[in-house]
Amino acid sequence: MGGIEEFSLVDRTFLRAYRWRKIDPVPWAPLEKPLSDCRLALVSSAGFVTPDQGAFDGSMRGGDPSFRSIPSDFPTADLIDTHRSDSFDHEGMVRDPNLAFPIDRVRELVESGRIHSVSEEHFSFMGSITAPGRLVRDTAPEVARRLVERRVDVALLVPV
Amino acid sequence: MCNQAVSLVAAELERQGIATVAIQLLRNVAKRVRPPRALFVPFRHGYPLDDPLNPARQHAVIEAALRLLEISELRPPVLVDFELSSP
Repeated sequence: MGGIEEFSLVDRTFLRAYRWRKIDPVPWAPLEKPLSDCRLALVSSAGFVTPDQGAFDGSMRGGDPSFRSIPSDFPTADLIDTHRSDSFDHEGMVRDPNLAFPIDRVRELVESGRIHSVSEEHFSFMGSITAPGRLVRDTAPEVARRLVERRVDVALLVPV
Repeated sequence: MCNQAVSLVAAELERQGIATVAIQLLRNVAKRVRPPRALFVPFRHGYPLDDPLNPARQHAVIEAALRLLEISELRPPVLVDFELSSP
C-alpha cells in the first residue's frame, strides 16, 4: 500500500511541512469526442530518458524542471531511469518501464480501438521538484504547446 | 513531489484545451494540489500501475483512469479511488 508512511523519517518530516502548490482555479477541458476518436499523450515523472539524451540533474536546487521528449515508437526496454530519488523502489520500473511510462499499453489501446492514436512524442520529467516555479512558468507550458501542435486530445499523467 | 509535478503539468494542459487524467499515489497531496482529474491508486511509490510485467493489471489501472475522462457529469477537481479488487 502506498502512502507517506513508506518514506524515511526525514522525508516524512519534509513532506508534512511542505507548502504544496494549490491549483486555483482548477482548469477544466471536457472531453469533446469519444475516446475512440482521440489522440493520447503520456506524461511521466519517472525520469526516463533515451540513450542519446542527458540524464536529469539531481543536484539542481529546487529540482530539475526540464523535460525529455520520448518518441512514441521508441523501444520501451531501452528507456533509462535517471530519477535521482532514493525515496522509492526503482526496481519495478527498471524491469518494466511500462510501470511508470506505459508506452506499450498505450499502443495496445490503439490496436484495440479504445483510443484513435498516440502522439508522436510523449514527455518525461523527473518529479523531485520542490520549487516548481520554472515548471509552472516555462516547461509545463512548453509541453502543452507542443502537444497542442500535435493535436493531442487527452493526456495520461503518471507519477512515481 | 512527483504527484505535485504531474498535477501542475496536467493543469497547464487543461488550460490549453487538453483533457487530462493524472494518477496519484498520495491522496492528501492530491486533495491539496487539486489536479483537474485524478485517480488515486493505493500502490507503493515507484509502482503507479501496480505490477511490472503485468499488462492486464496495468491496463486495468489505465482503463479506470480513462473512464474518468468519459464521465461528463464530473466537475473539477475530480479525485476518484481505484478499486483494489479490479482485475
